[in-house]
Amino acid sequence: MMAMTRSRRGAGHTRDIFQYLEDLLPKIVLAPTAIAILISVYGFILWTAYLSFTKSRLLPKYDLAGFVQYIKLFSNDRWWVASKNLVLFGGLFIFFCVVLGLLLAIFLDQRIRIEGAIRTIYLYPMALSFIVTGAAWKWILNPGLGLERLMRQMGFADFTFDWLVNSEMSIYTVVIAGVWQSTGFVMALFLAGLRGIDDSIIRAAQVDGAGLPRIYRKIIIPSLRPVFFSAVIILSHIAIKSFDLVVVLTRGGPGYSSDLPATFMYAFAFTRSRLAFGAASAMMMFFAVMAIIVPYLYSELRRKRYE
Amino acid sequence: MKRITCRWMIVAVLVAGMFSYNAFAGEVEVLHWWTSGGEAKSVGVLKDLLEKEGHTWQDMAVAGGGGGNAMTVLKSRAVAGKPPTAAQVKGPQIQQWGDEGVLTNLDDVARAGNWDTLLPGVVADIMKYEGHYVAVPVNVHKINWMWVNPDVFRKAGAMIPTTWAQFEEEAAKIKKAGFIPVAWGGQNWQEATVFESIVLGVGGAAFYEQALVQADPQALNSPTMVKCFETLRMVLGFIDKDAPGRDWNLATAMVIQGKAAMQFMGDWAKGEFTAAGKRPGVDYVAMPVPETSGGYLFNVDSFIMFDVKDTEAQKAQQAMARLIMEPRFQEVFNVNKGSIPCRLGMSRMAFDAPAHMSFDSFVASAEAGSLLPSMAHEMAVYPAIRGAIFDVVTNFCNSTVANDRAAKTLASEVQSAM
Repeated sequence: MMAMTRSRRGAGHTRDIFQYLEDLLPKIVLAPTAIAILISVYGFILWTAYLSFTKSRLLPKYDLAGFVQYIKLFSNDRWWVASKNLVLFGGLFIFFCVVLGLLLAIFLDQRIRIEGAIRTIYLYPMALSFIVTGAAWKWILNPGLGLERLMRQMGFADFTFDWLVNSEMSIYTVVIAGVWQSTGFVMALFLAGLRGIDDSIIRAAQVDGAGLPRIYRKIIIPSLRPVFFSAVIILSHIAIKSFDLVVVLTRGGPGYSSDLPATFMYAFAFTRSRLAFGAASAMMMFFAVMAIIVPYLYSELRRKRYE
Repeated sequence: MKRITCRWMIVAVLVAGMFSYNAFAGEVEVLHWWTSGGEAKSVGVLKDLLEKEGHTWQDMAVAGGGGGNAMTVLKSRAVAGKPPTAAQVKGPQIQQWGDEGVLTNLDDVARAGNWDTLLPGVVADIMKYEGHYVAVPVNVHKINWMWVNPDVFRKAGAMIPTTWAQFEEEAAKIKKAGFIPVAWGGQNWQEATVFESIVLGVGGAAFYEQALVQADPQALNSPTMVKCFETLRMVLGFIDKDAPGRDWNLATAMVIQGKAAMQFMGDWAKGEFTAAGKRPGVDYVAMPVPETSGGYLFNVDSFIMFDVKDTEAQKAQQAMARLIMEPRFQEVFNVNKGSIPCRLGMSRMAFDAPAHMSFDSFVASAEAGSLLPSMAHEMAVYPAIRGAIFDVVTNFCNSTVANDRAAKTLASEVQSAM
């Protein structure tokens, strides 16, 4: 009797450990990735923040020097141009990608014949790297080689499209190339969202006598809210990350008129050996992103909990 | 049994071979950005010379960016604590690396090779950190050249200018004749190259030294500097509207093809003319930039040597430094690259006519005190200050900033970068 009890207790004890490990297994599998992200993303964000308060030049130095780098940053004309460009580029890029992506998705959703092929064609630009996109659009937008020359040869002698070499308009060329690249992706997101909408609601609305535009405005687009959310998050991450597109398309534009904070940070931190100054600009980018994303995230996730 | 013995024997031989390899030859890991045809060939010469002495050369070529990418790689290696044995670094960055305390001392090699007598004082100073040699110079490029297509001048009925006032008149004639007076590449280093030549011409050698080498804010925000910007604005009136973003060699091509009359560029532009089969003095003429005939803005490429623990690697480093300064390498490298040797008193036979002009100018300006380091090519000021000057100049060239405002911004940006 005692032996049986002991063995039963022993068997239960072993099963507990294995059960414990099995419950813990997902966490164990994810642990290396979590640690890697913790160190390489958050850890280095903190390291960059620390560096931005030092006077590092060529290599990192760890003596604190207060806010001096931030003061220099805000008196730097090129930084203001880069920040303004980010707002312009980011805003226009997200706006046009979302609007055009939604329009294309709505048109594609109309059960047309060769939908599969058209969808693939619109999605192709996403497969290109920004460097290829930048190089191709640089040639297309070059006044002497591309669109302007084509139109003039076709007979429109007064046609000018020299935005690429114009200090005021060069940032808009970056918008054009970026929108061309990412619209297809946003279209795919919205198409998936549209396909997920329940038909019965729409039929009920039609029975009630609502016209198609009204149905779209009041029912379909509001129910695409989560897709808007995903699209905006992904697009803003692409916009802020835009480095290779600017470098290839305009190299910062005539002068530095199409500079963005990412290229600014690279130039100052590495090429010009002003590591702490570049770190300060990187932290400013970080704060700007946080200022926009965190409230949006909060409002969206909070809403979901109450739905 | 036989297979196991065979396998172990192979391992034993390889291990033995590995050790013997390390015991007799020092290895130099060299970081550089000379990846294009002529340059790679020239580096190959150094590699052969070094290997003939029994050392090994491990190449670490990082292409692109005029050295920008290579410098970023170098910094990340240094932060990781494993710098290469030698790296291609030039100008005040040598002193910046010296400040980090990671460079080795080449005084023994310098004394044995008589470097102090073979190098002009200005060049030797850049190679030293606190009085000790830490770097070895490879070549000398002259920056303040004006490359001219005489045919275009003939067709426009203009004369090749030697002062900026003449330039304004002659360029107007060329423009009226339907040619582009100045082939311009709208990139910040090219704009800065023209700017510093103008500063040398308009302000003189002493002003250049004060403004672009000492980076004295008083000189940067002075009436002379305003006059320099005025001259730059005048030159900008003679470029074509497709200039922004144009590469330097495409601008040279405009002069070669007879579409443009002049280009302000360093002596590496000569390579383009030679590659197109043009003859100096006949199809093209190399003139000093207006008003800079007595001055020489130089760009000296060099290798810095890092402090390594391995004695064999140290021996290889010293061999490399000695070989670089010897006439054989200096001649082969510079003939291939279009520059002139930094070693004084070398034979000129292998070099062509523009190089001879450069030789004469080099020696003359060294004696006259107008041999000056080029700011645009990282020889004169720290990268932070150079970057600040670049920003102001490129913004000036691509917008309608007023001359006096530009001078004021120049002084304030440079001060903020210090």
